[in-house]
Amino acid sequence: MSGRAGQRTTPWTTTLATHAVLVVASIAALYPILWVVKMAVTPGQAFDASPSPIPSAVSLEHFAAVTSTTTADGGWLFGRQLFNSLLVSGATTVVGLGLATTAAYAFSRFRFAGREAGLTAFLLTQIFPGVVMLIPLYILLDAMGLLDALTGLILVYSTTSVPFSTWMLKGYFDTIPKDLEEAARIDGASNAFIFTRIVLPLARPALAVTALFSFMTAWNEFILAATLMNDASMFTLPVALQRYVGEYQTDWGSFAAGAVIVSVPVMALFYALQQHLVGGLTAGAVKG
Amino acid sequence: MSRLLTVWLTLWLAVPGIAGAAERVVLWHSYRGAEETALIAAVEAFEAEGGADVEVLAVPYEVMASKLTNAIPRGNGPDVFVFAHERVGGWADTGLLRPVADWAGAPALDAFPGPALEALTYGERRWGLPLSVKSLALFRNTDVVPEAPATMDDLLAAARASVARGGSGIAYESESFYFHAPWYFGHGGALTMPPPLVDFEGPAWRDSLAFLADLVDEGLVPEEPTGALVAGLFRSGDAPFAISGPWFLAELEGGVPWAVSPLPRFADGRPASPLLTVEAVFVSATAERPDDGAALASFVAGPEGARLRGTLGRQVVAHGSAWDDPALADDPVLTAFRDQAALAVPMDNRPAMRDVWEPSQIALKKVMRGLATPEQAAEASYRRWKAITKPVPPEASPTPYLALLATGALALAALVWRFLAGLRARGEVEHTARSWAWAGPATVATVVLVFVPFAVGIGISTFAHRGGDWTFVGLANYVAILSGSTFPHTEPLGFAYALAVTVLWTAANVALHLGLGLFLAILLNDANLAGKPIYRVLLILPWAVPNYITALIWKGMFHKQQGAINGLLELVGVEPVSWFGSFPTAFFANLCTNVWLGFPFMMVVCLGALQAIPSDLYEAAEVDGASRWQQFRHVTLPLLRPALIPAVLLGTVWTFNQFNIVYLVSGGEPDGATEILISEAYRWAFTRQEQYGYAAAYAVLIFVVLLGWSWVSTRISRSVEAAT
Repeated sequence: MSGRAGQRTTPWTTTLATHAVLVVASIAALYPILWVVKMAVTPGQAFDASPSPIPSAVSLEHFAAVTSTTTADGGWLFGRQLFNSLLVSGATTVVGLGLATTAAYAFSRFRFAGREAGLTAFLLTQIFPGVVMLIPLYILLDAMGLLDALTGLILVYSTTSVPFSTWMLKGYFDTIPKDLEEAARIDGASNAFIFTRIVLPLARPALAVTALFSFMTAWNEFILAATLMNDASMFTLPVALQRYVGEYQTDWGSFAAGAVIVSVPVMALFYALQQHLVGGLTAGAVKG
Repeated sequence: MSRLLTVWLTLWLAVPGIAGAAERVVLWHSYRGAEETALIAAVEAFEAEGGADVEVLAVPYEVMASKLTNAIPRGNGPDVFVFAHERVGGWADTGLLRPVADWAGAPALDAFPGPALEALTYGERRWGLPLSVKSLALFRNTDVVPEAPATMDDLLAAARASVARGGSGIAYESESFYFHAPWYFGHGGALTMPPPLVDFEGPAWRDSLAFLADLVDEGLVPEEPTGALVAGLFRSGDAPFAISGPWFLAELEGGVPWAVSPLPRFADGRPASPLLTVEAVFVSATAERPDDGAALASFVAGPEGARLRGTLGRQVVAHGSAWDDPALADDPVLTAFRDQAALAVPMDNRPAMRDVWEPSQIALKKVMRGLATPEQAAEASYRRWKAITKPVPPEASPTPYLALLATGALALAALVWRFLAGLRARGEVEHTARSWAWAGPATVATVVLVFVPFAVGIGISTFAHRGGDWTFVGLANYVAILSGSTFPHTEPLGFAYALAVTVLWTAANVALHLGLGLFLAILLNDANLAGKPIYRVLLILPWAVPNYITALIWKGMFHKQQGAINGLLELVGVEPVSWFGSFPTAFFANLCTNVWLGFPFMMVVCLGALQAIPSDLYEAAEVDGASRWQQFRHVTLPLLRPALIPAVLLGTVWTFNQFNIVYLVSGGEPDGATEILISEAYRWAFTRQEQYGYAAAYAVLIFVVLLGWSWVSTRISRSVEAAT
């Protein structure tokens, strides 16, 4: 792996400087997050604005308030919204990954008419200005009868993530040596067999990263969800969170508590997948 | 597993279908807290009295209006909804509302105060029933100011005394016209006809700005006032006065003792009248159950509904009979707000009212920051008003465009035909079909949900949309944007200016993302580094926080009085900076936020690429006697390039369209100077009278700019690759 340091002995001054820089950078990365946590645990509206990230008092009342919302008929609204978020993000990941892996396999392994055009079209989608397409999307989903339904959100989110996922996976597939596949093909294996038994298992790091991105696309999005969903029991968590940033007043404590709740699962996923993240994101580009 | 998933999916996705059936009357509102509880109690009372079953939906306030505008015409809206009266004109024009005269049971109107009913009248018809009235009033700290000030001079004297003691004066959100209105009306202003309702060229507007400038000079109003700051200053006893509305009550618990009274009169006897908002209940024009809806609306607005909303929700209810209840009549807070409402000026319900906020805010901010004289500020607001209310271009003849469209469609059909014929000639049909079976689903989904909406957007860009009317204008939107006829290119809001800001924004971000990411990756790419996993996790964290949350946090951190950044600067002896007061500092605030959230991506890309470089290359270089720098220059960089180019290309495109950060952190301040193209487009579409056509033209231009840029940059990177 990284060979340089292994061969040379680094002078202690350099090591010290490295640590100093990394510590400063880590503090800068962490500070705003601690600030949110401080806001979330400070009781009432009495948030003190001193720059210290350590709260002067700790209470879980905002967390309790945020997680105990109920529907008009007494149902557990927060639970329902958490479920919506999980379902939409999970389904987006599954659908998005399903579409992207097969497309990426075709673009990587087959040479066929329209391939270049297809790849270019996928790249083009990245430059479409998203927020301005809200109105057409609304009209379209309405025509398909998918307003105020989680299916509509899942479809929109999966297609948003598909082009990027396809490109990333194609890059990774390109780096997987073709010898194994060719051998299998001589033995009479079908494309489907090669794809599911050879290529996918070898592409696990890239799949993990792509899955993470698809999940995040859906988990964090709120403008579309706020436009397309009317019923509070259909909201995803980010839309529910928007309610705390109100017309005249902002309930910062509840907003911060909600922000922590929304961020923690993604942080956990990043933590779990960080090994894959480093390899999966770039291997394709480096070798290809 | 997959079967279980299918079952779950079907089950949950089917639920809205069942609940959506018109068995119940659907009511939308955006109340929270006690007001929500009270509304629900009123609805339950309605059901208990034999009314239809009701489904109550709480919709976030920010999206309520646009949801109603979109949903009702398509039959997806509620039967009944609660909203402020200010949109009545626009909604009546677009046929969203059912006039009260058509409601079943002809509700009695005589118990409602005249001005509240007047506010709901437009085009000589009445469109809703008033629920409650809201306006600003004066809150005072009774420890410091026991008696309500009778005149403006008394108020100012008490505020000056507090400032002299080192405290603040009058805490209110002085940068919004809603809060400034009492000064405007107090200086003889009125909501004039024809628009601009607020007479931006008249003496009252100028005089009110001069009055504000005096308050600023004397230090009587806090800088960069937000709702949170006002609440903080008043609660802590720092400010003896706050000007706010009934929603302020929720913030006062546990603070100083207080009382509320109407705003005092100016020396010439004119009252400082706040704007009056009438919250009303409406029946939508496409209601599936209009009669039950009307019954529900009449009940909620009527005597019993009003009593519940007044006692449980502490609303200043409009219905007169509720005030017979001592619980309301003896409540000093509610009666103070009721007295103030009697002196307030109802907000105009014509669509033109919505064009008042942005221009007035320009002037107020300029005065607050001491950047302009009242005359200059008034002039600036008039100019902005002219720009955002630009006249609709003349209608164009669609014939040449339709001909062009038909030619395009024919050419496309011919291309497809040639493509298929070519396949057949080369005998590739089967192979191509089999390959597309793999790539097809993703392509079809992308085409339907990404390309089709964009094509619709291109179509929309040839129309002008104003108040529900679509006019075909051909390329007039593009001409207006590119010619700079709406706003000169050299000023904020001009296309060239916004493009320049966007390019600067993108270049600065990508350079910092890449520089910082690469630098940290090189530090981390050391096998012997102690604590490496910890550093890596901490440095990736910013990526994991949803970016709208990041944006709101950083906006808070850059606040002048309450923000952490100024707090840190103060520790090292730097004066607090007004971050959003000038272009460089506001741009810097946006940049900091976006660099913070964006560098981990580049760091991870670089780290992956660095780890993939075989170590024997370095060994060989070392044998040849290459220095560290030479190794970096001739081994590391060339091998990183293939990984960095796509990451930089994507990073550029993403940053170019990074809407959330600009919109939420600086919000374009000062005066729209930090607005980038995409946030400018969003403003035209959603905050300036839904000028969808103009916004769509912006979007198409953004696309064209990025397309040109990607074409050029791929050319360059290819030629560089070919040369090395």
